[in-house]
Amino acid sequence: MAITEKTRELRTGKTYHDDLAIVREELDKCMKCGNCMSVCPVYGADKLETSVTRSKIAVAEAVLDGELELDDPQVYEMLFNCLVCKSCMTNCPTKVNFDRIMLALRAALVRKNGLPWLKKMIFSTLKHPKLFDAGMRVGAALQGLAFKTEEGGKAISPRSPFARVGGPIGFDSEKQMPSLNITPLRDRVPEVVKVAGATMKVAFFTGDSLNYFYPDAGQDLIDVLVANNIEVHIPKAQNCCGVPVLVHGDIETVRTLARNNIDTFDQTGCEYLITGCGSCGGAWQHDYSEILAADPIYGPKAEYWAKRTYDISTFLTRIIKLRQPTGRVDRVVTYHDSCHLKKSMKVAAEPREILKGIPGITFKEMSAPDACCGSGGSYVLSHHETSAVIGRKKAEDINRTQADTVSVGCPACMMQLLDNVHRAGGQQEVVHYISLLAESYRKGQAAENQTR
Amino acid sequence: MLDKTIIEQLETLVGKENVLTGKVDMVAYSYDATADMPRQTPDVVVLPTSAEMVQEIVNLARRNKIAIYPRGAGTNLSGGAIPLKKGIVLSFQKMNSIIEVDAANLTAVVQPGVVIAALNSAVAPHGLIYPPDPGTVATATMGGSAAENSGGLRGLKYGVTKNYIMGMEVVLANGEKVRFGGKTVKNVTAYDFSNLFVGSEGTLGIITELTAKLIPAPKFRRTMTGEFKTLADAGNAVAGIIAAQVIPATLEIMDRMTIRTVEDFAHIGLPVDAEALLLIEVDGMSEDVVRAEAEAVMQVVRDNNGGLKIAETDQERDQLWTARRNALPALASLNNTVILEDATVPRSRITDMLIACEAIGKKYNLTLGTFGHAGDGNLHPTILCDKNNQDEMGRMHKAVDEIFKVALSFGGTLSGEHGIGVAKMKYLGDELGQSGLNLMRNIKESLDPEYVLNPGKMVPLREA
Repeated sequence: MAITEKTRELRTGKTYHDDLAIVREELDKCMKCGNCMSVCPVYGADKLETSVTRSKIAVAEAVLDGELELDDPQVYEMLFNCLVCKSCMTNCPTKVNFDRIMLALRAALVRKNGLPWLKKMIFSTLKHPKLFDAGMRVGAALQGLAFKTEEGGKAISPRSPFARVGGPIGFDSEKQMPSLNITPLRDRVPEVVKVAGATMKVAFFTGDSLNYFYPDAGQDLIDVLVANNIEVHIPKAQNCCGVPVLVHGDIETVRTLARNNIDTFDQTGCEYLITGCGSCGGAWQHDYSEILAADPIYGPKAEYWAKRTYDISTFLTRIIKLRQPTGRVDRVVTYHDSCHLKKSMKVAAEPREILKGIPGITFKEMSAPDACCGSGGSYVLSHHETSAVIGRKKAEDINRTQADTVSVGCPACMMQLLDNVHRAGGQQEVVHYISLLAESYRKGQAAENQTR
Repeated sequence: MLDKTIIEQLETLVGKENVLTGKVDMVAYSYDATADMPRQTPDVVVLPTSAEMVQEIVNLARRNKIAIYPRGAGTNLSGGAIPLKKGIVLSFQKMNSIIEVDAANLTAVVQPGVVIAALNSAVAPHGLIYPPDPGTVATATMGGSAAENSGGLRGLKYGVTKNYIMGMEVVLANGEKVRFGGKTVKNVTAYDFSNLFVGSEGTLGIITELTAKLIPAPKFRRTMTGEFKTLADAGNAVAGIIAAQVIPATLEIMDRMTIRTVEDFAHIGLPVDAEALLLIEVDGMSEDVVRAEAEAVMQVVRDNNGGLKIAETDQERDQLWTARRNALPALASLNNTVILEDATVPRSRITDMLIACEAIGKKYNLTLGTFGHAGDGNLHPTILCDKNNQDEMGRMHKAVDEIFKVALSFGGTLSGEHGIGVAKMKYLGDELGQSGLNLMRNIKESLDPEYVLNPGKMVPLREA
């Protein structure tokens, strides 16, 4: 209802992130009809009403009414037993913005009790990109001590002594995760990738996952833009998008990260901001303007970028005219809709259009392609049993398509799928959909070079 | 609070992981989908995984005078699942197996926690359907919908839940487990227990297994809408369709208030100057019959000055349905409290009832829209009000009283499909009279003399 306008009012300089009472109207929209139960992945896994959206809203009401304490350990556990996947919001007849409720509650909790020390430590390094970057490099150099490299070198698994300790959070010896790259994406490429006769210049927000875990996919995204005659700016000063911090309620850190990112991208002079991750794109499209709604300087800047941020697939198919790929990519491909890509950025048709346009690809839709994979950022660690139940179902749906490749538009899902497809005995390669387009362009180019 | 030893005994019976006692868990089971109802937290939530466990729990509760509140998905609209007297909420979410689909006998045997849509997915490969389709098919359970005897949009042609339950296993308040009915179409052995327990709202026994009837899925359908300038034209069209000997699968109506609200909400190009909109769908196994029925319906709509829209594709059908699907969400968006009633009248009184509802809304200065199942006389007068406005809530209660009074005066009934629960208990005597209330109490007390099962619903508790 009027919540958006209310939050935008500068009456107290606060948003719902700063004052829990502001979400009361959002809570009032909930009829308790229970439609959220049919799509909530956590409820689907554990069958407890405590896990489902309408109950979390009932608990929020009880907190606002003083019947429950926000920092009650059970309230805390309930608050964090949510993937913030927004599935419930797509199925809500009265359009309750549950993500706002969840963020408001988590932020209120952090205001009341502060952050647990571990989160505080991690989040504070995010505010200092150089420190964070150094940490990731040390991690990349040392990962061989704790992890063994799987065939092909792209995935790693915990070595046995670490698997024993890591078991309770899902780091058993079966766990597969992407290898940390010693050379992150932003160190591999210049800040501006020039193209002769460029028709346009865009800025690429890499996000941390594409930078550190999947730099090859990040490189593919840049190559695809270049192949479409577009100059790409990849500013080195960009930092984490802030979503991992936002979902833990550390609003001030997100605001700092957002302002830094906005300053950095303002300086590129680019017209569009491109992302290859639904969470990062969602942050630029929605979260920044919400958390900065009461900031007279950065609020309008956030709005500016919100309207100019596109997932790479939307940019290629809706803003410019995609150069038709010609190289054959002989694969049977299915596509998983990342929650933040589909439910936050509303991107679903575009990646499918791109995939279906690649010669050689047979596209197979899985059942419930937009069902959450169970990653939810750190949820996979904090609630790994529930996450594994959700992930297994997704892996089985993927397996039933008999595809050899599962494509995704979000690095966090790629990590979760890599682990779960492997655990469920699937053989599918997990790739970013943009990598398949890049592969086709490369093959097309090679064929052209040969005939010349 | 329950004695600690009771909790321990429950944990021994069903396993620690299936007994919830946390404060937050209790809030999660303190309500259902009914508006304007008190919330009440239970003492404990138990999730049994077998009928034998249910028997043990019932025995434990009866011996210790603890109330039991059976619960499916908690989506009912009459307060049926609210644990008014605390005690035990018995959640059937973990008894959710489809035990058997028997295509030869057109039956399915299911545990009570199976979601209706899940049963339909399971029987679809056999070309079969389980027809009852309350608005909550994607969440509501078979056990819950049988206990509530829920209806839905296909009631006119396909009937309601009670027409599709052929047999049951029920745990009684004395702890005994009884099975009756089964896969035979004909069965007149003993009393008709299925029809006693379907719609008993968990007050007479606890359903632990169901045998459901399935039918072949209709192969063809035609969907259309009719827009009318007067309520009388719309009402005459409904009567005319039946008089033309067509029984549509769906025959839904929306009044002007609902049409306008849906248009404001969804912007789908509805006729905001129309007094009523009918959504009509005919279906069947033969294309010729369906076509003939659709043509007969179109003729009736034209004869009654209605403007027609006919869906030629699935996409167009979806567009026509969008209006009806958005009726409740659109109305709900107008305020924080949605009072959704289901007073039902004989089909021939639909027009009178729509006019009466509009007048009642005006009389009490309330925002009131009516939509519903015109074909079976089951209307949903919906009042939108502000729960923080005492005066408005008071007027709303008076308006609801009057809606029921009018429905009964037209030869109708208090509830077409939502049930009595807590919400309509006080009106029961108006429809049944004292002898009817006595019969209700006699049945309740002969099966559950100590009021262990869903106490405070349907039959008032005896004053202490």
